[in-house]
Amino acid sequence: MEHSFFYKALVFLGAAVLFVPLAKKSGLGSVLGYLIAGVIIGPSVMGFVGAEGQDIMHYAEFGVVMMLFLIGLELEPELLWKLRKSILGLGGLQVIVTTVVIAGIAMLFHFSWQQALALGMILSLSSTAIVLQTMAEKGLMKTSAGQSAFAVLLFQDIAVIPMLALFPLLATTDILHNSSDAHEAGTWVDGQPAWLHATIVLGVIAAVIAVGRIAVRPLLRLVAKTNMREIFTATALLIVVGIAVLMTRVGLSPALGAFLAGVVLANSEYRHELESDIEPFKGLLLGVFFIAVGASIDFGLVSQHLREIIMWVCILIAVKALVLLLLGKVFKMGTEQNFIFSFGLTQVGEFAFVLFSFSFQQGILSQETTNVMTAVVAISMGLSPLIVMVNEKLLLPRVGTEETEERPADDIDEKHSVIIAGFGHFGSTIGRFLRANRIPATYLDMDSDRVDALRKMGFKVFYGDVSRVDLLQAAGADKARIIVIAISSPEKRLEMIETIKKHFPHLHMLVRAANRYDAYDLMNAGMLHIYRESLDTSLRVGVDVMSLLGHRRYTARRQAANFIKYDEANLKRLSSIRNPDEYVVAARKFFEEIEATIQSDRQYLLSEGDMSWDPDSLIEEVRASLQENPQG
Amino acid sequence: MRKILIIFAHPVLEKSRVHKRLLHHIPHLDGITVNDLYENYPDFDIDVTREQQLLLAHDIIIWQHPLYWYSAPAMLKQWQDLVLEHGWAYGKDGYALRGKKVFNVISSGSSLQSYQREGYQHCTITEVLKPFERTAELCRMTYLPPFWVSGTHKLEMPQINEYGKRYNQLLQLLRQENLKDEELMQASCLNDLIEISQNNLA
Repeated sequence: MEHSFFYKALVFLGAAVLFVPLAKKSGLGSVLGYLIAGVIIGPSVMGFVGAEGQDIMHYAEFGVVMMLFLIGLELEPELLWKLRKSILGLGGLQVIVTTVVIAGIAMLFHFSWQQALALGMILSLSSTAIVLQTMAEKGLMKTSAGQSAFAVLLFQDIAVIPMLALFPLLATTDILHNSSDAHEAGTWVDGQPAWLHATIVLGVIAAVIAVGRIAVRPLLRLVAKTNMREIFTATALLIVVGIAVLMTRVGLSPALGAFLAGVVLANSEYRHELESDIEPFKGLLLGVFFIAVGASIDFGLVSQHLREIIMWVCILIAVKALVLLLLGKVFKMGTEQNFIFSFGLTQVGEFAFVLFSFSFQQGILSQETTNVMTAVVAISMGLSPLIVMVNEKLLLPRVGTEETEERPADDIDEKHSVIIAGFGHFGSTIGRFLRANRIPATYLDMDSDRVDALRKMGFKVFYGDVSRVDLLQAAGADKARIIVIAISSPEKRLEMIETIKKHFPHLHMLVRAANRYDAYDLMNAGMLHIYRESLDTSLRVGVDVMSLLGHRRYTARRQAANFIKYDEANLKRLSSIRNPDEYVVAARKFFEEIEATIQSDRQYLLSEGDMSWDPDSLIEEVRASLQENPQG
Repeated sequence: MRKILIIFAHPVLEKSRVHKRLLHHIPHLDGITVNDLYENYPDFDIDVTREQQLLLAHDIIIWQHPLYWYSAPAMLKQWQDLVLEHGWAYGKDGYALRGKKVFNVISSGSSLQSYQREGYQHCTITEVLKPFERTAELCRMTYLPPFWVSGTHKLEMPQINEYGKRYNQLLQLLRQENLKDEELMQASCLNDLIEISQNNLA
């Protein structure tokens, strides 16, 4: 068989295109689809790809780096600060407790304490790629389970750094210290004293932040001006690759560096362009990564060590789940959220592959242990989507929040003509306002903790994926008149709109939008009632600023009302520009326009606009007639 | 000492010539309160309780506004509709404002002469202000003649300032002297009150 690049690409892409839609269709999620595709094309079944699976995995790991860059872009520093307690507390405890328990069990199986500790540390990590992909697909990222999972994964990514530093100290046998193929090319910090090492690492991090703040934005602006889409994409890739290389040079996890860079660029005006450029690469690379994981499961080895592997997989999943459940309880998560969180993180992460080979090179673990454990990790990853599914289908219906309330047979309440989807800070204000005016509404939310709390307060709440037809049906979408789409995920909003258009076309949709870009998407989806989250509030601030500066309040209010009118009109105009190359330019042009509009607004209001109040024209007329006829 | 409440309504004070100067000449003295309606309630969302308490705390009420279409700007109408509640300001049990004095401080584009039966407007300013007068009477208040800046389009700054000074004197006089209703009614316009009261003293 000819193993050219095209042949490999054909196999990988073909497998993905065939199996992922199948897996999604049957409700298994894309991750499991990729893994199955990997197993099928791997050496154990069809043998299309052989030992190069490992190499491919090495490249595909870059998808994880990109994913963290994207997560960073989505994450503003304030949110990170808000999560500090869960990152350090929940994440820290998870890594420490799981490590200790697994190490203890390993010692029972006659591993030395050094080996046990290394195993514990490696196996305590979970897979950022699998968990975040799954959670995002299910729209769970903003729930408390999603946030906690994210916090734990983030801590684990950071924890890889001290682990890498610790491993050489655990070496027991004499190592064949040929670092040449162990660490590609070595790093700048090899053989440096500890203080210098720390200084270099901190210096590089500071440099990443500083360069991200100062240099990257002008660079992107320059590139955007060329109006060449592919160069912008190249720049985006260059940033991510550059950071990954830099981080590897100082012995840090490239994923962590990319995450940091993402956070630094989160507030830049190019955030959306960067996101949409990197996104497809990330998706594809992650897919390849999962396929490679599937392909790397060596079924020959598995059958030899079958009992051992099965035992370890069971132990691992049990230990991880129990530790997480316990910690979730300590951190006061609701049962349902705790289950989603705990069963979501039971697999071992992709870093394990790296750490296993590293610990083998360092002479901590034997070749055999490494091989067996690699299989264990891959299987635990493969089982992960199944465990999530079992949790969803079998466990949650018993322990968790019910999707709908238990209610008497005559459930359809004619009066609930309003449905509010999403009861976060946006939806809750709408809900409170309607409730205060005695307008009953039905609520939908994806966060079970919130749903439980709301039900206690006497709200009528349905729980689950708001874009599902059956849930909307249960909430009375066929009888309702209005639906307020107040959920925070833009993708879910669009999904929901499609579902409603198809199944409940009579509903008036009032849709929340995060910003202009979001509003464009909603307009293109045919929405008429779009509410940008911060527009009215920002203008109220503007009015107060004017007032504090001594302008008349009433005039300021009228200016604000006029501003909204102009802004919405402009929005409509810009939404028609769909050519992505034009987009960056158009957006900049828009701000120039808006400046001009405000200025003309002001002129408009204070001269011609107020014709009827003390009109200048009347004064002129009277004075003119006075000159003609001085008697007046 | 009489306490005076000036209820001021002007939607575009930025453009005003007359009322800006009149406001400027209001003496900064204890017991003289300016209540700027368009500034306080830019959404027309009038705080009725606050307004009623202000009314109760003062003896003389002034409605100061430009004359738009023979009436007040919309905000002052809104104020009357909401604040002068039945059972509080008028009606069987509405005695809250009884005995207080009230009058308009107005500006008009048309001149003094045109507000005559035979003049351009075919009616007097008293007739134009009839709705205010009836409102005051229903609320058991004494309605006084207006302070009137007329023919504003033809006025130059020095003349407007003259009106301002006169307004200032009027407010001080009303604040200090306990003038009888008959004395106040002698003037057809309160613009002339200063001369009248000086003559009376003399």
